[in-house]
Amino acid sequence: MTTATVQDKKDQAQAELERRMLRQMLLIRRFEEKAAEAYALGKIGGFCHLYIGQEAVAVGSLAALRDDDYVISSYREHGQALARGVSPGAVMAELFGKATGCSKGKGGSMHLFDVGKRFMGGHGIVGGHIPLGAGIGFGIKYKGGDQVCLCYFGEAAVNIGAFHETLNMASVYHLPVIFCCENNRYGMGTAFERVAAVTDVVEHACSYDMAAELVNGMDVLAVHAATQRAVERARTGGHPTLLEMRTYRFMGHSMSDPLHGVYRTKDEVEEQKKRDPISQLALKLREEGALDQTGLDALDAAVRADIEQAVRFADESPDPDPAELFTHVLAD
Amino acid sequence: MPTLTYRDALNQALREEMQRDPNVFLMGEEVGVYQGAYKVSRGLLEEFGPMRVVDTPIAELGFAGIGVGAAMAGLRPVIEFMTWNFAVLAQDQIVNSAAKLLYESGGQLPLPIVFRGPNGAALQLGAQHSQAWESWLSHIPGLKVVAPATPADAKGLLKSAIRDNNPVIVLEGEMLYNTKGDVPEGEYVVPIGRADVKREGRDVTLICHSKTVTVALKAAEQLAEHEAVSAEVVDLRSLRPLDLEAITTSVAKTNRAVVVEEGWPQCGIGAHVVDVIQRECFDQLDAPVLRVTQADVPMPYNKQLERLAKPSPDKVVAAARHVLYLD
Repeated sequence: MTTATVQDKKDQAQAELERRMLRQMLLIRRFEEKAAEAYALGKIGGFCHLYIGQEAVAVGSLAALRDDDYVISSYREHGQALARGVSPGAVMAELFGKATGCSKGKGGSMHLFDVGKRFMGGHGIVGGHIPLGAGIGFGIKYKGGDQVCLCYFGEAAVNIGAFHETLNMASVYHLPVIFCCENNRYGMGTAFERVAAVTDVVEHACSYDMAAELVNGMDVLAVHAATQRAVERARTGGHPTLLEMRTYRFMGHSMSDPLHGVYRTKDEVEEQKKRDPISQLALKLREEGALDQTGLDALDAAVRADIEQAVRFADESPDPDPAELFTHVLAD
Repeated sequence: MPTLTYRDALNQALREEMQRDPNVFLMGEEVGVYQGAYKVSRGLLEEFGPMRVVDTPIAELGFAGIGVGAAMAGLRPVIEFMTWNFAVLAQDQIVNSAAKLLYESGGQLPLPIVFRGPNGAALQLGAQHSQAWESWLSHIPGLKVVAPATPADAKGLLKSAIRDNNPVIVLEGEMLYNTKGDVPEGEYVVPIGRADVKREGRDVTLICHSKTVTVALKAAEQLAEHEAVSAEVVDLRSLRPLDLEAITTSVAKTNRAVVVEEGWPQCGIGAHVVDVIQRECFDQLDAPVLRVTQADVPMPYNKQLERLAKPSPDKVVAAARHVLYLD
């Protein structure tokens, strides 16, 4: 094979990857828009935290993983579940509380699970799942595997003791874990700088002798590349990494929080929307001639059709049988 | 049958289960190099190495959570808390992670993990180190809770706990570690959920668990000697699930009961047991059921005050006399 052909193949693979990532980001965006609609219609109850604006983080980072790697996340995890390949129908059905949901309707928006895809949950207590991610890493190391565990959390979790206890132990025990902090700047309605003495999350890695990288979380390619480096460190040397993804949520904290709330201005949200990760990648592909407007429209239409189907599936699915109330409390 | 201390019975259970199943490992503060704060893990680091006997920093929340994560990845962790007082820092992992993962995942994530360590008061350790947590822990669906009183039960219940596919809380007793008893060698398991009649009797049932079994047995002796009363001592052994049949069978026979525990009175284990008795044995009861608990105060340091705060054979005898209308 000539050098030129190798380069062509590489370019082709990269172009393919970028198109796939664009599709996944669009899928998450359209899914979340539908979830907001369904919430307003009363089809989704409880707390519902949307991922709109942060799509590049889930999509870019998960593209760096193998199928046998593990993923664990917080309660803002619809995006990661979808990017991990959990079917939109199973996720939407879970939000609807249906028996066909990925957690059989018993978990809800904050507790999406698909163990077959090694998607180890949605967890609802801020920072509480960070040690679980390290524990999965411990299990991998114990069994001599070369998988990694990718653990997502928001920047507000950095103020929780569990974060610090876990980073220390992950470093002491050399666990193959990637701690992926999605810094969207606000813990609910509290700006990070109002409650954090150190506002660059990556700085905390120094305390635990851990590799760290600050990443533009609105650039899916940067997210992907940084995660690849972290995966390599974890897979080959068992070294954990702290990644700080600077991102932004375009929606409120949850469905009970208005679009921009009183803690940030409309102007700020509009300014941030100029960094929209989907528009940025679409623009890049258009400029490179890899995808024209017609192609983009066709992609969007296909994604919308997938989401319509997911909503139909969730709508038509049955509620769990009343007997399910008492199942799965204890294992046999 | 060999005579062992409670401590060595636990050690034997751990060693045998770690030999039997390579996925079983022990993690906690001082479990390795130091050989265990109470020497329960003596010799295990030498036999199994540092990957399976893991010393941790003082970070209960962190290592309890690492244990839960390891169980999610297919291991069978045994997490040792130096005492259950420190495990209060890890409640989020026990209650929100371990106990709920199976349910909230719709059955996808069984969680075989043991959380163990000493529970309840020892001697003059003051308020923060002298607490009994069983009513907190047995409140939670998704957990099993056991509290062995004898070396044989300690071995048999710990082995069952390690083999169980659910989170199991094992409440040991600092004051029990040196107590001795006959312990069957090798394969000896005590099923979780079965109480044990530690002394048979006709006139009154003394219901107890863990350290209060010793208290109740002493009270039963005094009652036999001084009052000609035949007391039956029912050791619950498991607090969740609770052996309802053992409780109701005994109370139906004696028609009177006293429930003894180390915890505080409000919402205690005894409160739940009394609820069972009033519903299941209403027609057989000849007297209201009484409870003996720790005094409703933080544990004082002073020796005399501490003695006054704890359940004692005299308090149990007094309660038994009362339900027998001997006062």
